[in-house]
Amino acid sequence: MDQLITALYSIPLLGLVFQMAGYLIAIVPPISPIILRSATPIAFGALCGVMCERSGVVNIGIEGTMLASAFTGWVVGVALAPTLGTPATELFGLTPALVIALIAAIGVALAISALHAWLSISVRADQIISGTIINIAAFGVTGYLNSIIAKSSPTSAGAFSAFQPPTALTDLPVVGWLIGMFFAQGPISMSLIVFVIALQILLFRSRWGLRTRAVGEHPKAAETVGIDVILVRYRNVIAGGLFAGLAGASLAMEATNSFQAGMTAGRGFIALAAMIVGRWTPVGSLLAALLFSSFLAIGQALSFAPPSGQLGDVLSSLPSQLYDALPYIVTIIILAGVVGRTRPPAADGQPYEREAAT
Amino acid sequence: MRGITKRYPGVVANDHIDLTIKPGEIHALLGENGAGKSTLMNVLYGLARPDEGEILLDGTAVEIASPSDAIARGISMVHQHFMLVPVLTVAENILLGEETMANAVFLDRKEAHRRIVDLGRRFGFEIDPEAKVGSLSVGWQQRVEILKALYRDARILVLDEPTAVLTPQETEEIFAVLRRLAAEGRSIIFISHKLYEVLEIADRITVIRRGRVVGERLPGATDEGDLAELMVGREVELTVDRGTSHPADARLIVSDLHVRDDRGSEVVSGVGFEVRSGEILGIAGVAGNGQDELIQTLIGLRRPVSGTVTLGGQDVTGHLPRAMNEAGVGYVPADRHRWGLVLPFTIADNIVLTSYYRRPFARRFVRDEAAIEKDADRAIHDYDIRTPSATVRAATLSGGNQQKVVVAREFDRDLQLLILDQPTRGLDVGSIEFIHRQTIAKRDAGTAILLVSAELDEILELSDRIAVMYRGAFVAVRDGRTADKNEIGLLMATGGVDRPAEASTEASA
Amino acid sequence: MTGASTGASTGSRIRDVTGTVWAIIALPLIAILLAFGVGAVIILGSELLVGEPFDPLLPLTAYAALLQGAFGSFDAIVDTLVATSPLVFGGLAVAIAFKAGLFNIGAQGQFLMGALAAVAAGVAVSGQPPYIAIPIAVVAGVLGGAATGFLPGFLKAVSGAHEVVTTIMLNYIAISVLAALVSGPLKVPGSPSPVTYDVGNAGYPVVIGRDGHIGIFLAVIAVFVIRWLLYRTTLGFEIRTAGANPDAAAYAGMRPRRLIVLTMVLAGGLAGFAGVDVALGLTHQMTSSFGTTVGFDAIAVALLARSEPIGILPAALLFGAMRSGASLMQIKAGIPVELVDVIQATILLVLVATPVIRRVLHLRGTQNPLATSPTISRSYGSESVL
Repeated sequence: MDQLITALYSIPLLGLVFQMAGYLIAIVPPISPIILRSATPIAFGALCGVMCERSGVVNIGIEGTMLASAFTGWVVGVALAPTLGTPATELFGLTPALVIALIAAIGVALAISALHAWLSISVRADQIISGTIINIAAFGVTGYLNSIIAKSSPTSAGAFSAFQPPTALTDLPVVGWLIGMFFAQGPISMSLIVFVIALQILLFRSRWGLRTRAVGEHPKAAETVGIDVILVRYRNVIAGGLFAGLAGASLAMEATNSFQAGMTAGRGFIALAAMIVGRWTPVGSLLAALLFSSFLAIGQALSFAPPSGQLGDVLSSLPSQLYDALPYIVTIIILAGVVGRTRPPAADGQPYEREAAT
Repeated sequence: MRGITKRYPGVVANDHIDLTIKPGEIHALLGENGAGKSTLMNVLYGLARPDEGEILLDGTAVEIASPSDAIARGISMVHQHFMLVPVLTVAENILLGEETMANAVFLDRKEAHRRIVDLGRRFGFEIDPEAKVGSLSVGWQQRVEILKALYRDARILVLDEPTAVLTPQETEEIFAVLRRLAAEGRSIIFISHKLYEVLEIADRITVIRRGRVVGERLPGATDEGDLAELMVGREVELTVDRGTSHPADARLIVSDLHVRDDRGSEVVSGVGFEVRSGEILGIAGVAGNGQDELIQTLIGLRRPVSGTVTLGGQDVTGHLPRAMNEAGVGYVPADRHRWGLVLPFTIADNIVLTSYYRRPFARRFVRDEAAIEKDADRAIHDYDIRTPSATVRAATLSGGNQQKVVVAREFDRDLQLLILDQPTRGLDVGSIEFIHRQTIAKRDAGTAILLVSAELDEILELSDRIAVMYRGAFVAVRDGRTADKNEIGLLMATGGVDRPAEASTEASA
Repeated sequence: MTGASTGASTGSRIRDVTGTVWAIIALPLIAILLAFGVGAVIILGSELLVGEPFDPLLPLTAYAALLQGAFGSFDAIVDTLVATSPLVFGGLAVAIAFKAGLFNIGAQGQFLMGALAAVAAGVAVSGQPPYIAIPIAVVAGVLGGAATGFLPGFLKAVSGAHEVVTTIMLNYIAISVLAALVSGPLKVPGSPSPVTYDVGNAGYPVVIGRDGHIGIFLAVIAVFVIRWLLYRTTLGFEIRTAGANPDAAAYAGMRPRRLIVLTMVLAGGLAGFAGVDVALGLTHQMTSSFGTTVGFDAIAVALLARSEPIGILPAALLFGAMRSGASLMQIKAGIPVELVDVIQATILLVLVATPVIRRVLHLRGTQNPLATSPTISRSYGSESVL
C-alpha cells in the first residue's frame, strides 16, 4: 500500500495531484469543524438572501448588516462584561452578557433589514443601491465607533465556546469526524443546521412558503387572490435580518471574541454567491457555503500545516497572499460556471406597485 | 353596480356606469380596447377604488376594498393575462390565498388534490394537480384559472377577454364549461370585443364606449353591425378593404429551418416556405408553437441549427440583426415595450434606433443631432404621431402613438420583407385601421409581408395565404380569401392529425 | 413645458432658469445639510458613549476644522483638488457603467490594479525623460484598470455572473495581488518594509502650489470627453440603449454582450486612471498597505451626480473636500476620519428616500437624483441578454 502511494506520488506532475489528494484526505477530517465554523456566517447570510429574494427583494446589504451586528454583539458584550460577564456556564460558555449581546446583535440586524425593506418596498428605490448604501453606512458607523471605543482598549465579553462531544463518539472510525464537524461547535453554528432544515421544509410545504414563492415569482397573481404582497415582503425581509444578525454574531462572538473594522471581509457577498449557486434554496445554500468555506479552511491549513515533500515545496514557493485570495477566486469561478444554469425568482429586484394605489 | 365613476389623471375611465347582473346569467360586456371594461371589473374586484358610485350585492351595498373582500363575497376574476405562477404546480396555484391546511403551518396537499380532481371532473376534465402550470397549454391554463375561481366557490365569475389566445375549438370547450356554471346558478361576466362570440354565448349584452354604457341588447334582437356601431360610435366596415394583391417573385425563401430555444430544445423543426413580393403570408398558431423563435431567426436574433434563409436571392442564413436590417427586413414586435421602443428615450432617438450609425444621422461615429431631429419631425408628420415635439420621451405617449413610432421606423424605408407580430395588440380601432391600411400600402408597394398572430381574425382579414404552425412545423397552407376559420382553428389546436386535442371531447360533450 | 417659455420676458426666463437649477440641486443640497446634521448627532452621541466631559459645541468645532482643513489656505485648497481628481475619474468609472445598466462596485479593485500597473511601469521607465516616462506609466495604469474591468464584463457576457458579486470578489483579490507583488517582485531589495522604488520621472509634474499636479486638469478634461462620448457619439448611444433596454438594443443590432464588455473595459480604464492619478501624482511609489477608499467613494460620487458627467465635478469636489479636511478634524476635534463615511452614507440614504423627502418638504417639480439611474437590479442573478 505504502509502496503504491510512493509510486503514485513520484509520477511527474500528475504525482502532485495524487499528493494533493493524499493531503486532503489527511487534512479534511481534523479541519472539518473549522469548515463548518467558517461556513456559518456565509450560510446564515445566504439564508437571509433566500428569505429576501424568494419574496422578490434583492438584498446586497447583507454584508453591512452582518458587520453592524458583529459590532453590536461585540460592543454590547464589552459594555456588559464587567457586570454580567460571569459566571460562564459549562455549556457553550454562556454568560448573561453574551446572551444579551447576541439579542442586541440580532435586534440591530432586524432594524437594518427593516430600513432596507422600507427603502426597497415602500420607497421603491433601486434595491441594489439601497443595499449598497447600507453597506457604506455600516462600514462608516462601525469604523467610526470602533475607533472611538478602541482608544480605551476595552476587555471583551469573550465568546461562545464549542460544545465538546464525547471523545468516544468523535473517535469512531469513518463517521467520527462528521460527528465532530457538526457537534464540536458553538451554539450559533449548531443552530445553523436546524435553521437550514426547518427553512427548507417551510419554504416548500407551508402556507408561508407557498405565498413567499408566489410573491417572488408573480406578485400581481398573488395580489389577485387576496395576498398582501407588501406585507409578505416586509415580513420576509425583516425576518431575514435574524439570519444576517446570527451571521454577524458568529463572527464577533463565536469565531473570535473581538471586532475589527471591516471584519466581514466580503462574506456577505460570498453568501449571495452561495445563495445563487444553491439555487435559492436553504439546503443548496448551505452546501455551497460549505464548498466555499472548504477552500477557506484548506487555504489556511496549507499555510499552517503545509504538506511535506514535493507538493509542499511547490506550494510554499507560491506567495502566501494567494491563499488569502483563494475563497474569492473560487467564488468567481463557481459563480461563472454555475449561474447560467440557475434561474432567480422572476420578480426578484422589482418593486411592486399596487394597482389600487394608483 | 350603480353610478360607478373612476377617474385617472386626464381621463374618466368609468362615467356613472350602471350594471346589473342576474343569477345564472352570462352577461357580456362589450367594448373597444380602452373603453373602460377592465377598469369597471377592477372596481368590482377591489383592484381599483371607484371615485363615485356603489356596488350592491343581493340588494345591500358592499364595500370591496381589495381582492380578498371580493373573494370573500364570492366574486372571482379570470384576468386577460393569466394570473398564474408558471413555476408552481396546478395545485399550488389553485391553493394560493385560499390554502387547505393540515394544521396551522403546513398545507394539506392530499385533501387539496382530491378536491381539485373532483372539481375538474364535475366540469368535464381530468387535471393533474402536480403538473407545473408553465408546461400547460394556454387552454389548460384557462381551465386552471376557472378552477381557481370554483375552488373559492365563486358566485360571480368575471372573465376578461378569455378567448383572446384560444383556438375556436378551445373557445367552444370553455364556452361549454361556462354554460354549465351558469346552469348551476352562477353569474358570469364575459368581457370581449369579439362580436360573434358575444352573440353566441351571452344571455344579455351591455355595450360600453368611452367609459359610458351606450346600450343594452339581447342576442336575439341584435346583429354584428348593430353592436359594432354601438361599440365604436359610428358605422364601421367590419373588414378593411384589402383590395387585390399582385404577388410577384419569391422574395423570402426559407428551407428546412431548424431552430432551438433558450433551453436547447428544438422548437422549429424543418420549416420551409416562401413569401412573394406584394404578398401577405399569415402564420396562424397557438402561442408557443415556435413562432417567436422563427421570427427571431428571421430578424437575426437567433442562429438556426440548420437550414437556409434567402432574401431577394441572397443567402442571409445566420446573419446578425444589423445585417438583416440592412438587407431590408423590417419588424413590428408584439411586445413593443420590450423589443420595439426604448421608453426613456425621445421619439427622435427611437426613430433612429436601427439607423443611428448611418448617414445622415452620424458622420463616422459622431451623431448629427440636427439630422436626427429633422427626420423625426418628418416621421411625426407622415405617420400622424400625436406629440408636442420629437424630444418628448416615448414613455409619455399613448399605446397607439407608441406603436406608430415603431411603424414609422420600420415602414419608412425600402423593405424587402416586413415581419408583423400581432401588430395591433391592445390598440383602439382608429390605430388598428391605420396600421392595417399602412400594411396594405406596403404590400402594394411590393414588400413581402409575414404576419404572425395568435388572433385568427386579424390573419384572416389581411393574409393572401395562411400557414398554420403547430409544434414547430407548418402543418397546412390555405388560401387567405377562402380559408375556413374552423378548419384553421382545428389545425392550430391539433396539427391536423386525425385526433382531437387531449381531453377536449369530454369538455365539449 | 419647454415650449411655454417662448416669448416670455427676460425676467421670467431668468426665473425659469433659476427654477430649473433649483429643481436639480434642491434635493442634493437638502441631503447634504441633513447628513451634516446627522453627523452632529452622532458626534454628540459618541461623546456620551465614551464618557468624556460633554461639549455641546464639539460638532461645530469639528465641522469648522473640516472646512479649514479643506479650504482654509491655498495649500489646503490645492490638496482638496488633488483629493478630488481621482474621485472624478472613479465617479466617471461608476457612472458610465450605470448608463449601461451595470453596477461597477469594483472600481476599488480596478483603481488598485491601475495604480499598481502605473507604479510598476513607472519604476521601469523612471530614468527616461518625463515626456516618455509619463505616457508609458499612464497607459500601463489605464490598461491595468481596464484589464480588471474586462474580467467581470466578460464573465457577465458569457455566463451571466452578476457583476456586483464578481467585482467585489475582484476587489479583495486585487488587495492580495498588490500585497504579493509589492512584498515580492516589486519590493526594493533589502528594504525592511514592503515598498517599491520611486517612479522618478514618471511622476506627474506639479503645476500649482505644493502638490497641485496635472491630474487635476486631466480629470476635468476627462469629464468633458466622457460627456461627449455618451451623448454625441454612436457608441454612447449604444451604451445608453443597452442600459435602458437591452432587448431593444439587441434588436437594433447593437450587440449588448459586446457592449457589456466594452463598457466594463472603459469603466475599468477610468478607475485605473484614478489609480494613476494617485500613484503618479501623490504617492510616487507603492506600499503593500496602499489603499485609499477612492473606489468606494466613487460610487457615492456617481450616485450623487445622477450618473451625469457634469454632475461628477461638484459631487467629487464635495467628497474630496471632506476626505481632505478630515485629518485636521481628527487632530483638532478628536473626531475619527470615519465620520466622513457616515456623512457620505447619510447623503445617499436621503437621496434614495427622495419621494419621502419630497412629500415631507412639499417640493414639487424637483428631480429625483437617483431616478435616472437605470434599474440595475432588474438583471440580477442571471442575464437574459441575447
